[in-house]
Amino acid sequence: MKIVLMIVTSLMMMLSYNALASSVDTYQFSKPEYEARFHDLNKILRCPKCQNQNLADSNSMISQDLRKEVFRMMEEGRSNDQIIEFMVMRYGDFVLYKPKVDKVTYFLWYGPIGFGVLGLLILITVVVRQRSKRTANDDTQQESNDHLSAQEQQALDKILGNEK
Amino acid sequence: MKRFVLFLPLILFIGLGAFLYKGLFLNPKAMPSALEGQPVPQFKLLTVTQGDRVVTKADLVGDYYLLNVWATWCAACKAEHPYLLDIARSGVPIYGINYKDDLDAASQWLSHYKDPYQFSAFDVNGQLGLNLGVYGAPETFLVDHQGIIRLRYAGVVDTRSWKVKFMPLIEDIKREMAESKA
Repeated sequence: MKIVLMIVTSLMMMLSYNALASSVDTYQFSKPEYEARFHDLNKILRCPKCQNQNLADSNSMISQDLRKEVFRMMEEGRSNDQIIEFMVMRYGDFVLYKPKVDKVTYFLWYGPIGFGVLGLLILITVVVRQRSKRTANDDTQQESNDHLSAQEQQALDKILGNEK
Repeated sequence: MKRFVLFLPLILFIGLGAFLYKGLFLNPKAMPSALEGQPVPQFKLLTVTQGDRVVTKADLVGDYYLLNVWATWCAACKAEHPYLLDIARSGVPIYGINYKDDLDAASQWLSHYKDPYQFSAFDVNGQLGLNLGVYGAPETFLVDHQGIIRLRYAGVVDTRSWKVKFMPLIEDIKREMAESKA
C-alpha cells in the first residue's frame, strides 16, 4: 500500500513538474551574466499586444517571439542599447516602458518639476507680500501710537481729567 | 486684473478637464507604427500555394499594393476575407503574409475561401512579421510605388476603413506618381 502511494505521488510530482516546465520557455545562456541582462531587458520592454504587460510577464505569442529575439541578439553579442533600438525600430517608442527623453516627452518628464517650482514661487510671493503688508501695517500703527495728533491729545487729556 | 487672477484656477481646471475628457475616447490600441515612411524589409520565403517558389522583396510589384498579414488561427481574418476578395477584384494587388501558421491549414483555407493574394509568403517563424512590427493578425500595410510603407492598419479591413484609411492615401500615391512623371 505504502509503495503504491509512493509511486502515485512521485508520478503526480513528475506530471506537475512537466506541466510547469512546458509553460515556461527555457534558454541556455552561453555566459552567466547574460541571464541577468535577459531578465532586465524583458522587464523594461513592453509587450506590443498586451499593452500593460512587459515581455517577462506576458505569455502571448508575440512576447514569446520577442523574448526569443532578445536571447538571439544577446548571444550574437549585441549590447542592450542595440537590442532596444532594434525593438524601437519595429514597434516604436511604445515598446519602452520608460519613455525616452525627447521633445515629445519633455513635458511629461519635466512638467511635474515645473509645476512644483511654479507652486513654490507662488507660495513665496504670497508669503512675502503678506509679510511686507503686515510689517507696513505695523509701522503705520506704531507711528500713530507714538505721535498723537493734537486733537487726539486733547481728547485723551479730557478723559484723563487733567484739563488745564 | 485681480478678478481675472481669481478665475485662473477655474480656467485651468476646465482646460485640463477637456483634455482628459477627450482622452477617454481615444483608442489605446491604436498605436503609431514605427514603419510608416520606411521601406519594406528584405525577406526570402517560400509561398503557401506555389511549391518551391522562393519569393523576395523584388517580387512585390505594383504602383501600390497591400501587404496583408493573415493566419488560419486568426478569427478576424475570416471576417476580413470577403473584403480582401473585393479589393483584389477591383484591381489592387494584395500580397499575403501567412503569419506563424500551418502550411496545410493555410492552403486549405485558400482553396476553400478563394485566394485574393498574388501569393502568400509562408512566414512560419514570424521573422518577416517581426521586421514589419506585426504583433497580431490581421494587419494590413499599404505600400507605394517606391516600396515605402504608407500605412499600417491593425485590424479588419472593411468597407469603412478602406474608404477612410486607404482610399485617401491611394489617391495621394496616384497624384505623386502623376507628378513625378510630368
